Amino acid sequence: MSEPMACNGDMAIALAWKQIDPDVVAAYPITPQTIIVEAFSDFVANGEVNTEYVCAESEHSALTICVGASAAGARVATATASAGLAFMWEMLYVSASMRVPIIMAVANRTLSGPINIHCDHSDAMGGRDSGWLQMFGENVQEAYDNTLIAFRIAEDMRVRLPIMTCIDGFIITHALERFEILDDDVAKKYVGPFQPLRPLLDIKNPTTYGPLAMPDYYYELKYQVQASMDAAVGVAREAMADFAKISGRKYDLVEGYRTEDAEYVMVAMGSTAGTMRFVVDQLRARGKKVGAVKVRLFRPFPAADMAKFLEGKKGVAVMDRAMSPGTGSPLYMDVLESVSRLKSPPRVSNYVYGLGGRDLIPEQLTTVFEEVMAGKGERVNFMGVRK
Amino acid sequence: MANEGSSSLPAGGMIIEPGSSKRYKTGEWRSERPEVDKEKCTNCLTCWIYCPDNSIVVENEKMVGFKYSHCKGCGICANQCPAKAITMKEEGVE
Repeated sequence: MSEPMACNGDMAIALAWKQIDPDVVAAYPITPQTIIVEAFSDFVANGEVNTEYVCAESEHSALTICVGASAAGARVATATASAGLAFMWEMLYVSASMRVPIIMAVANRTLSGPINIHCDHSDAMGGRDSGWLQMFGENVQEAYDNTLIAFRIAEDMRVRLPIMTCIDGFIITHALERFEILDDDVAKKYVGPFQPLRPLLDIKNPTTYGPLAMPDYYYELKYQVQASMDAAVGVAREAMADFAKISGRKYDLVEGYRTEDAEYVMVAMGSTAGTMRFVVDQLRARGKKVGAVKVRLFRPFPAADMAKFLEGKKGVAVMDRAMSPGTGSPLYMDVLESVSRLKSPPRVSNYVYGLGGRDLIPEQLTTVFEEVMAGKGERVNFMGVRK
Repeated sequence: MANEGSSSLPAGGMIIEPGSSKRYKTGEWRSERPEVDKEKCTNCLTCWIYCPDNSIVVENEKMVGFKYSHCKGCGICANQCPAKAITMKEEGVE
């Protein structure tokens, strides 16, 4: 194992890409993702990787180039955030439906307006229904680890779907943390060689990618994406188990913390998970039976795993760093759906927080726990907003 | 309507057999079909020139009818015919 180093989340992702040495990276810079492609373009310029780096004129073009390169038989990575991801929206659906396993780092940043460069998950939520797999990392280490795991899941022949590796903008992308990188050969061996599926450049086996599908085929082809999502649950578990063998870091699709005897549980994803565990420890010290669940894999949503963690609990608070004006937020909706078949489902409340980079402090999560423990709280609550 | 199930289709609907569009009978889209009155037809072949597909059948330099498998019923042949020999008839109506 290499020496630990101080590193920010964007650089950790660039270093993972460097070890994997993808055939093609096509990207357009956008804050807070820019460090990734900036660092990676240095690796290209210095001859440290063999990647063909394409400077696209927009994110729509960047992802389109990735689709073409992947169909041609290349291992492909890209990165974006916020408006850049929104600009890719059309191609998100196209790439998922074409089953091209592109790996995309998303430095979660809010969407305009008002224009704002700081963190929330509203950008990634725009891709929630596109057919992309989505992973969320809690810290710099997970930014790196999730990236390696993501290549394994997306490129697996049982899955073949594109994947987003999401990290909280600035909070993880720009903050320095202690970070352990695997040895190059260990990382390379874990990810393995890229296996193309009917590559366009194989002229002996001519293939048409992305043809028209009329009402007689469209539904069946969309269902392929669903079937791949179903397969991805098991593949992700395998990929994480194998990752534990080489790194010693054990991950799961959703991860519980002090949930066994807990009566009240908080659910979150991204950097908030650490704050959540800190607050759980504080409340446990006061004798409160509380626990936490972190979501690592958001698409496909591991509903069965989530239900296991929440079965028999009295109350659940779902923290959403995104809002869906007019209804509950995305993570809340998925958690609700997960517990809907339980005999006596817990009372689930939604807490919207941290929009546009608004700081989250531990005391606020303590208050949320206290509300949930008191059986208070609306279905959807807007934590800390000045009404 | 196609019969293949989702799992038996190539990933992403990719087409792995060249020239397969030949078997895709786009004539199914047609709501009106062209019919020719050979009494009026002068075999000028204007219809053959204008047909955006390949649906005018010509034998020995004579227009002998239509190949309906890929004729979408666009009506260009009827519109262009100088002898007004081609008319569009609603499909499903005798």
